[in-house]
Amino acid sequence: MSVATINPVEPFLRSDRMPHIWCPGCGIGTTVNCFARAIVDSKIDLNTVSVVSGIGCTGRVAGYVKFDSFHTTHGRAIPFATGLKLANPKLNVVVYSGDGDLSAIGGNHLIHAARRNLDIKVVCVNNLIYAMTGGQTAPTTPEHALTSTSPYGAAEPSFNLPHLVEAAGAVYVARWTTFHVRQLTRSMQEMFAKKGFCFIEIISPCPTLYQRRNKMGDGLDTMKFYKEVSKVKNGAPTSELGLSMTGEITVGKFVDRDRPDYETMQRAQLVQTLGDRYVDPTETTCSCSDM
Amino acid sequence: MAAKGRVSIIVERCKACGFCVEFCPTKVLALSSAFNSKGYHPPHVVNGEKCSGCDLCGMYCPDFAIYGFKTKDGEAKKEAENEG
Amino acid sequence: MKADPRGVLTGTHFIDGDHACCEGALAAGVRFAAGYPITPSTEVVERFASRVPTVGGVFIQMEDELAASIALQGAVWGGAKAFTVTSGPGFSLMMEHIGYAVMTETPCVFVNVQRGGPSTGLPTLPAQADMMQARWGSHGDYEIIALSPNSPQECFDLTVHAFNLSEQYRVPVMFMMDEVVGHMTEKVVIPPADQIDVVPRRHTKKSVEDYLPYATNGDGVPEMAHAGEGYKFHVTGLTHDEHGYPNMTPPTQDKLLRRLQSKILNAAEQIALNEEKDLEDADVVVVSYGITSRVAQRAIDMAHERGLKVGKFRMKTVWPFPDKRIREIATHVKAFVVPELNLGQMSREVERAVGGRAKTFGVPHAGGSVHRPQDILKVILEAAR
Repeated sequence: MSVATINPVEPFLRSDRMPHIWCPGCGIGTTVNCFARAIVDSKIDLNTVSVVSGIGCTGRVAGYVKFDSFHTTHGRAIPFATGLKLANPKLNVVVYSGDGDLSAIGGNHLIHAARRNLDIKVVCVNNLIYAMTGGQTAPTTPEHALTSTSPYGAAEPSFNLPHLVEAAGAVYVARWTTFHVRQLTRSMQEMFAKKGFCFIEIISPCPTLYQRRNKMGDGLDTMKFYKEVSKVKNGAPTSELGLSMTGEITVGKFVDRDRPDYETMQRAQLVQTLGDRYVDPTETTCSCSDM
Repeated sequence: MAAKGRVSIIVERCKACGFCVEFCPTKVLALSSAFNSKGYHPPHVVNGEKCSGCDLCGMYCPDFAIYGFKTKDGEAKKEAENEG
Repeated sequence: MKADPRGVLTGTHFIDGDHACCEGALAAGVRFAAGYPITPSTEVVERFASRVPTVGGVFIQMEDELAASIALQGAVWGGAKAFTVTSGPGFSLMMEHIGYAVMTETPCVFVNVQRGGPSTGLPTLPAQADMMQARWGSHGDYEIIALSPNSPQECFDLTVHAFNLSEQYRVPVMFMMDEVVGHMTEKVVIPPADQIDVVPRRHTKKSVEDYLPYATNGDGVPEMAHAGEGYKFHVTGLTHDEHGYPNMTPPTQDKLLRRLQSKILNAAEQIALNEEKDLEDADVVVVSYGITSRVAQRAIDMAHERGLKVGKFRMKTVWPFPDKRIREIATHVKAFVVPELNLGQMSREVERAVGGRAKTFGVPHAGGSVHRPQDILKVILEAAR
């Protein structure tokens, strides 16, 4: 007599839309497994979870998860999430998007949300490329890698995302690969428990484009590669987290600090200046219907 | 000796990436020679008695096609279910 | 539903159009604004930032117009009424997100206090040269509603109306002010809250199991839900089906786009708000909107003094364009005169609707100031010949 069980991730999937469009060996689905398990373990009220994503392969996550989910415009998941959170502070707002979406077209919004320390959680799946559109160079593409818009090898320095968001003001910064499923789940759980701007970068395979063009094998080869070259260095200085094509991938939790989040700062300032004339926004923001 | 766990496989979701086969700590799985309707070889259980129900396969699977679970103690050795 | 009194600054005020617009938004129940400074619109959100902490609500100055134009939509889905305010260059930046609001049917208002363009143009001086952009600025096929106030009083009244239209039709509404109306100071009477009608969010009453985010009945407008209520809905800018799921096939595209179009066009006559005067026996009709309509009134009076039969058609709703009404009027007049602070935008629409039944004379102006009444009179005289 087996224990009747269902896949822990299944209650969080829009099962009517399975199978999904991600390629064989793509790591995005793996990150969603970790996300689902972290949500369960965090005991968050599922009705309060809102997932906001941008455009790209990772952007499709919003369409596959069974939460209030928003597939927005390219690069603008974070400002959408900003409005959503500020209008409805009881929501747990998660931005789930890709490296190009968040750090190229969305770069400005990334740094300002981190600066403001908005209480939103950002999951950045970094496959080092613009995958959905056919494999173009991203700000995170390592030097010398071949892409469709760098056919002779990328010759730009690539972004060190943990360093960028730490400098901008994020209070929680971690990086894992899709190989590190247990640590990633734990990081996501820590992120949910933390108030303020949290950022988790997940290095993930894009076997169809990044790995194939650079002759690095398929998804499984990449996972084995991550296992081989990753080194866990919790607390390492983020300035040392740059990525190269074949070099060490430093993973771990790098920033976990406390500073007042945006709403706390706003309230404190307004209460100080206005005293009891200040009206809490949550009393009136959601009053636009006659429900 | 009864297996401590079992896996459940949704064959039609599988894209044969091989993660579950590779990362199972006790090498319970192998890719089968069967096909699903998309032409992929889904995994099947080859060492069921070694399954501990750790669900690492489930955590790794990018296609939500497999998961492991712990069974009650003392259960007779069983093949994994193949669903769908 | 009546306005929430907490946001209504009942009384007689002496304020400019920008300030009146802000009060209109507050009266309509707006409790979220995301803005970015741009002359001559900034005062709207400056006032909002000053008012909203004692009314209850949120203002955030975002890092750019792209952020502002989508942050307000996040707020709408979180349960608030929201808007943003800009001028030409910012309006251009917001175009993608106006399209997103159209596609996702997000009720909201975009205020454009028009200034001289193109590009940086004349930041502190008026124009009405974004009228076509208000209609066609975003990519793809869609219908839009655009309003044009001609006084600070209308900046209050028509802002309330703009939000009501946006909620009724679940469409972003373009509130097309101009720098003169925005910066002119006049008497603005704000009535008591119980005399202001507001359209509430068309929130679904269906259960979680039965609710389909983009299924419609009757008027082609779906019911809305907000994040956090348990509906677990999906919203996407991709072509989608009634579940809100991406469904990128030609039949779905056709069905969706035609519904988005017809929900506005089928209601065009209810939406139309025009001021008509002396049309019955007119030889010439002056079609105008915004600040130009006030100069046009003077020109019409001057024409009347000369014994000419000149009628007035002032558009308060500019889009959807009042095709039907203009076509009707064209059957019994000689000519239309269309003064506007641009080199010919709405005059093309008039000409199109008139369809050759009468003559159309534009009175173009590159912007930077308003017309002189005699400039419009000159064309009226020509049209009357």
